[in-house]
Amino acid sequence: MIVARPEFCDRIFQHFGDRIADGGAGIDMHSIEVGPEHVVELCRYLKDTPALSFDFLSDLCGVDFYPDSPRFQVVYHLYSLAHGHRLRLKCRLGDPPRAPTVTGVWATANWHERETFDMYGFVFDGHPNFKRIYMWDGFEGYPMRKDFPLRGYKDAYNPYGEEKGKA
Amino acid sequence: MTNVTVLQETKQENGISQEVLLNLGPQHPSTHGVLRLILQLDGEIVKRTEPFIGYLHRGTEKLCEHFTYTQIFPLTDRLDYVCPPSNNLGFAMAVERLLGIEAPERSQYIRVIMTELARISGHLLIVGALPMDLGAMTVLLYVMREREMVMDLMEMISGARMHTSYIRIGGVREDLPEGAVERIREFCDILPKRLFDYERLVAKNRMFLQRTKDVGVIAPKDAIDMGLSGPNLRASGVDWDIRRDCPYEIYDRVEFNVITRETGDCYGRWICRIDEMRESVRIIEQCLEQMPDGLFQVDMPTIAFPVDKDQLACSMETHIHHFELSAYGFKVPKGEVYTAIEAPKGELGYYIISDGSEKPFRVKVRAPSFVNLQILEGKIGNMKYLADLIAVLGSLDPVIAEVDK
Repeated sequence: MIVARPEFCDRIFQHFGDRIADGGAGIDMHSIEVGPEHVVELCRYLKDTPALSFDFLSDLCGVDFYPDSPRFQVVYHLYSLAHGHRLRLKCRLGDPPRAPTVTGVWATANWHERETFDMYGFVFDGHPNFKRIYMWDGFEGYPMRKDFPLRGYKDAYNPYGEEKGKA
Repeated sequence: MTNVTVLQETKQENGISQEVLLNLGPQHPSTHGVLRLILQLDGEIVKRTEPFIGYLHRGTEKLCEHFTYTQIFPLTDRLDYVCPPSNNLGFAMAVERLLGIEAPERSQYIRVIMTELARISGHLLIVGALPMDLGAMTVLLYVMREREMVMDLMEMISGARMHTSYIRIGGVREDLPEGAVERIREFCDILPKRLFDYERLVAKNRMFLQRTKDVGVIAPKDAIDMGLSGPNLRASGVDWDIRRDCPYEIYDRVEFNVITRETGDCYGRWICRIDEMRESVRIIEQCLEQMPDGLFQVDMPTIAFPVDKDQLACSMETHIHHFELSAYGFKVPKGEVYTAIEAPKGELGYYIISDGSEKPFRVKVRAPSFVNLQILEGKIGNMKYLADLIAVLGSLDPVIAEVDK
């Protein structure tokens, strides 16, 4: 069952024109595609416009489309407490992946972005406390990437891991 | 004092004042698991808190990409291990939406009963654990009695006390066993009286009140900004409950109140949970009243395991389906979905991208505890001393298994 395109989308497209693209309808919510250069401006607009007021960032995560190009994508799931509507933003990123931080818009993005960096190696410019969150400092590689082996790489602590260089 | 990092030393009239870094955890009874906090302390005054997480990181999301959809359920059990049915339900709903199917009515009622029982079990634990963190041991010992009743019910219904894996794609694994309805009713009769006792034990205790009232106040604006959800958000006066505002399953057919408190302090978060359990009891009672007879699982042999196990011995068709389902799983149409449910800890979201194969391309778990814990780095009013921090941490009710995924 496809969710109908919400009316507020027209308003967003009117304001941003061809800087954003329609990501199409989904079975859960509508999505909008945007480039990394416009993400912060769009987020701020979505949060501060009273008719939209997406004040709650539900989730922020990375996706790896290896071996496709552009390889990466960062996905934002927004919710509006006042209006009860949801929206998904997608932002395709090249390799190496870089995007501006949205911690200035929603403070909750802080840990989400750290997690995305930890797992996928996305760099969020302007993040106030940018470091790994789950893995320890000095861990090499980004575990959630599709080319990272499930068992990890072989080392002294991980005898069952894969040899490096063997794909 | 040994092995203390001294950040700053100032000479005062009555001695030397040192600002030090203190390591709290990762193994500490008041951190509810393996959570490590680095505290910058000036005497007993907390200047800065920084949580270090990841000691329980198991790579659930990575594992999900290598498992079939059915195999993922045991992994979801282990996220918020205090209330597994909620985790199962979120995942099952996400996959069902991708498949475009809906669980039969009876199973939806059973699911809601199970998740509400799980909510009671989770809330009971924290209602006892917060006073214990503050030195009132008694309540925890008593709530374990009721929690044990929930565990017994879980065991009776699903066969397992903790990691139930009971809610499956397209329904539940088995129908409610004989006598389960009566046992649940019995429990629903007992619990409200006991809750009244617990409230009397602690809620008017002067020491407990002094440690929690007006301590760790989170303003509604900050709570929303930091992505708080569940009772933690509602205790700050934000009236939002996914069960009411975007109802899933049969929540639109039952009556219940969304519990809020205006204070936003530790006491508010604690008392919110007690009242929420009363509402859960109401929901369960209504479900038992309304629950119709019928299927407890969709009648789709390619998705759900056979109901009649005897068929496996005599029907070749059933046998083939069972084998295929166990060995290869089933294909899920290409697409993506984000489903959010009101788990006991807050908004539990599953974002699944399917590439059309038997295994998900990407599973992202929006774990409520992960987001809730972040507030420790944010603005919390009236959290001056180290002892206040323990109260705040306890009142946030983080489950570290869910934080670390």
